[in-house]
Amino acid sequence: MRLWGTLTDPILRQNPVTLQILGICSALAVTTTLAAALTMSAALTAVIVVAAGIISLIRRHLPSSIRLIVQIIIVASLVIVVDQFLQAFFFEMSQRLSVFVSLIATNCVVLGRTESFSLHNPPVPAMTDALGNGLGYSLVLVIIGSVRELFGQGTLLGNEVFHTTEQGGWFEPLSLMLLAPSAFFLLGGLVWAIRSWRVEQVEVSEHALAPAEETRG
Amino acid sequence: MSDLGALFIRAAFIENMPLTLFLGLCTFLALSRRPGTAVGLGIAVIAVMGVTVPLNHLLYTYLLAPGAWAWAGLPDLDLSYLRLLTFIGVVSAAVQLVEMVLDRTFPALFATFGVFLSLLAVHCAILGGSLFMADRSYNLAESTFFGLGAGTGFAVAVILLSAIRRRLAYADMPAGLQGLGIAFILTGMMSLGFATFAQVAVP
Repeated sequence: MRLWGTLTDPILRQNPVTLQILGICSALAVTTTLAAALTMSAALTAVIVVAAGIISLIRRHLPSSIRLIVQIIIVASLVIVVDQFLQAFFFEMSQRLSVFVSLIATNCVVLGRTESFSLHNPPVPAMTDALGNGLGYSLVLVIIGSVRELFGQGTLLGNEVFHTTEQGGWFEPLSLMLLAPSAFFLLGGLVWAIRSWRVEQVEVSEHALAPAEETRG
Repeated sequence: MSDLGALFIRAAFIENMPLTLFLGLCTFLALSRRPGTAVGLGIAVIAVMGVTVPLNHLLYTYLLAPGAWAWAGLPDLDLSYLRLLTFIGVVSAAVQLVEMVLDRTFPALFATFGVFLSLLAVHCAILGGSLFMADRSYNLAESTFFGLGAGTGFAVAVILLSAIRRRLAYADMPAGLQGLGIAFILTGMMSLGFATFAQVAVP
């Protein structure tokens, strides 16, 4: 079924973060704990699905000269709603995410999908595609978030998994995991892993070496 | 004055936009393949941030902040939830304006990096700069220096990364790491390097 393909393609095969370099900004900043990563994923998925639906509904009435600004305004309004919702019901979490929820508005995943898919497709496929991309983005966030929280603090969602040395256990928390560089290393490793598995995603080098005389093993 | 200098250094190095705050990474990674484009992008970011952050500061303080409408008899009016829409509008308009001014006055410069300008309308670092400014309630002079500093930090980082990537062009690395993978790992190492700036005691 085509809808199923539209939904599952962006999760692994066309992942917005690891293949298309979209939306990395927020993907890394909020992944120090799994809870923050989950909140961010939910917020982004909600925004992208609703935005795709709305934009797909008005696609026939949208003059192409002002389409970008209209999309930005729709997305930004939705982001304000999500932001206010978080501040009202999850105040601590919204403090922790600080400006990054607002930055969903300029998240390239959202604009990229509305621009390239929702503008040319009816609402149901558009929303399915948006959901797929939201889930693909969430998958990356959740993987990096769990690794960073697990090795950085020995916990998952605040529950202790590894018994840390501070409490007489054996696990020495890796404080590097909580700092910025580790997120880059993890994402680099993740890209490497996915591309070793899905060889068709490998980028062709602009300056390939001339093939050696004997074939390399 | 020394406070402003410290704020500039802080924004440029200690809280470097792409390397420690993860802002503006999309363009940071996508346009760092060649040093030439990286320089163009860096200059464009400095220019746009230097203009938009103070401008947004004025709009925020006089129109949106809680109590800004007290002179009109509306002391309880709090429009700060509209700041996101306002900032995005200002950034897009400023980008448009910078583009037009450049086209008129320095056509040669416009030809070299005009393409990047339109990309900056949805640039996380630029919008993020304005949002941080509002969160930390800087005054006008501080906003200007913060904007310029953050822009400079972005420019330095993107030019450095493009130079490293240029040198790696002939490296024979595993196929899966080619391109994006190695760019992430390089960024991670640069981020480690920039982490040392956190130890710098700013007077």
